[in-house]
Amino acid sequence: MTELQAGRASETLGAPSIETRSFRSRYRDILIALVAFAVLAALPFFFGSKALLDFVIRCSAFGLFATSLNLLVGYTGMISFGHGMFFGLGAYGFGLLMQRTAVPIPVAFVATLAITAVFAAIIGAICVRLKEIYFAFVTLAFQMLIHSTILTWASLTGGDQGLRGGIPRPVFFGIDLANHVHLYITSCALLVLGLLLMRQIAQSPFGYTLRVIRDNARRASFIGIDVWRAKLTIFVLAALFASTGGMVMALFVSGAYPEFAYWTISGEGIFINMLGGVTTFLGPMVGTVLLLILNDTVTRYTEYHGIVLGAVILFFAIGLRKGLMDYVLEWYTQRRDGPGERG
Amino acid sequence: MLDIRGLSKSFGGVKATDNVSLDFADGSLTAVIGPNGAGKSTFFNLITGALRPDSGEVLLDGVDLAGKSPPDIVRHGIGRAFQVASIFPSLTVQETMLAAVCADQRRSTVLHRRFPLAETRDRAEHAMELLGLANKRHRTAATLSHGDQKLLDIALALVLDPKVLLLDEPTAGMGTEERWRMIDKVRELWEAQKITVVFIEHDMDIVFKIAPRIVVLCYGRILATGTPDAIRRNEAVIEAYLGTEEHAEAVT
Ligand SMILES: Nc1ncnc2c1ncn2[C@@H]1O[C@H](COP(=O)(O)OP(=O)(O)OP(=O)(O)O)[C@@H](O)[C@H]1O
Ligand SMILES: [Mg+2]
Repeated sequence: MTELQAGRASETLGAPSIETRSFRSRYRDILIALVAFAVLAALPFFFGSKALLDFVIRCSAFGLFATSLNLLVGYTGMISFGHGMFFGLGAYGFGLLMQRTAVPIPVAFVATLAITAVFAAIIGAICVRLKEIYFAFVTLAFQMLIHSTILTWASLTGGDQGLRGGIPRPVFFGIDLANHVHLYITSCALLVLGLLLMRQIAQSPFGYTLRVIRDNARRASFIGIDVWRAKLTIFVLAALFASTGGMVMALFVSGAYPEFAYWTISGEGIFINMLGGVTTFLGPMVGTVLLLILNDTVTRYTEYHGIVLGAVILFFAIGLRKGLMDYVLEWYTQRRDGPGERG
Repeated sequence: MLDIRGLSKSFGGVKATDNVSLDFADGSLTAVIGPNGAGKSTFFNLITGALRPDSGEVLLDGVDLAGKSPPDIVRHGIGRAFQVASIFPSLTVQETMLAAVCADQRRSTVLHRRFPLAETRDRAEHAMELLGLANKRHRTAATLSHGDQKLLDIALALVLDPKVLLLDEPTAGMGTEERWRMIDKVRELWEAQKITVVFIEHDMDIVFKIAPRIVVLCYGRILATGTPDAIRRNEAVIEAYLGTEEHAEAVT
């Protein structure tokens, strides 16, 4: 009894209370986000290179996509092979709205998210009850379905030519997305905001509900968690961020192409997560940067870039059995010799 | 009061639970015994919604819970621990408790705040202290000893403040000494929490010493119920336990 009281006393004295810890963690994340955004936004003033800005824009698109996939794969244990369909949906939805209607960009943005949510809710309602491998296959099947719909419905989507003729970008709130620097800053803002929101999801009570489900879905239901509802919710939320990534991509290339909705996009998402690791929040972001650098350098030097990328994947998957950030985390935890932050 | 009426469940031709009727008074402590495959775990699975009964009623304070989903039944106040400790391997002891309280308070879908929630702390703390896990709060569940994992599993049920606690072989896989420690803990919890506890146990010494009331299951049916003395003298039970398979069959 005395030992217990002593333990409690030392805890109240030594460690901060739950309230302050929660407050601090959020405060810290917002601070990191602001600093990251400031650094990214300052980049164009120091480096005039268009290629660098292009690279960051692509990182934003794929980073949003890959991190949202990690909410499913790493946090909830739902391995989706069709997450790329929402990337494609975002690109096409946004592109079509801008080309065919005269709505301002923010309206098209929100409308695309709404459309994505409806699709994700319907597809998710069918998929999330399925066990691992069936979930993976059925999500993949939906991806194929959306891809072939895009190909065959040529009058709407331009078929295999994609949405051509450019995406109009009327100025809104003084932001002119036809201006490369404006587009760059907007992409960075979407990336940082998206990551911040996903981080909030991951660290919220709901985020821990996801971990609980990943660890042991059966037990989760016996502590009163509605597993199906939680899975559907995260499926839809993740789709929204993937869709945002697709919109950034559409703005970047000023169009939308069937490849954006092809299964290889989902494959790349999985690949990025393997590269960066799924046990840390920023793993997929690191993976994105790695993959894009790899892609760009390898394609510059050899036409056999598929083989090189394949070899790298095999190295990470079979050789290391984890992603890069998993290693960093392990190293950090060992140095600190305490429990580290886990996924 | 937990009142089971005519509960039945078959798997193919096997009647795993065969027309079982029992009641458990509030605050009672009952042991369920029976040979392997007698249908003890199935009985718990039917009560807690892990399995849907073919027929029968599970009345908790007059409300029929038969066929409801596990989350529903847990919310009505029936908690359980598993024969093989069922925990969340990558979470720490403390996170496990906090997440469970969160779920119980219907806050498991909260998105705009950070985990852990301050209002979940006291209950989580209380449960960890009750089960002696407080000093292992930062240990990841997967790294706990077998015994501590079983305790964590029980803590996971207890932290939800159940009216009825079903423990499926709390001492499974333990050595003699550890068994006694565990069962003393169970008894202590029962006395302290004043809840209805039903536990499955194979060790006869433990059962006869601890449980005021014993239920004997065999081939899915109730062979006998009563005090340790009555059970010890019961012909059918002696035969089922001491006799061969054929003897047991002849009895039922
Ligand atoms: N999900 C299931 N599907 C098919 N048969 C099952 C299932 N669950 C249990 N059974 C069968 O029902 C019977 C009772 O099993 P149960 O697990 O309830 O026994 P038990 O009394 O808990 O045994 P033990 O002491 O070994 O834990 C067994 O014949 C078992 O094979
Ligand atoms: Mg059993």
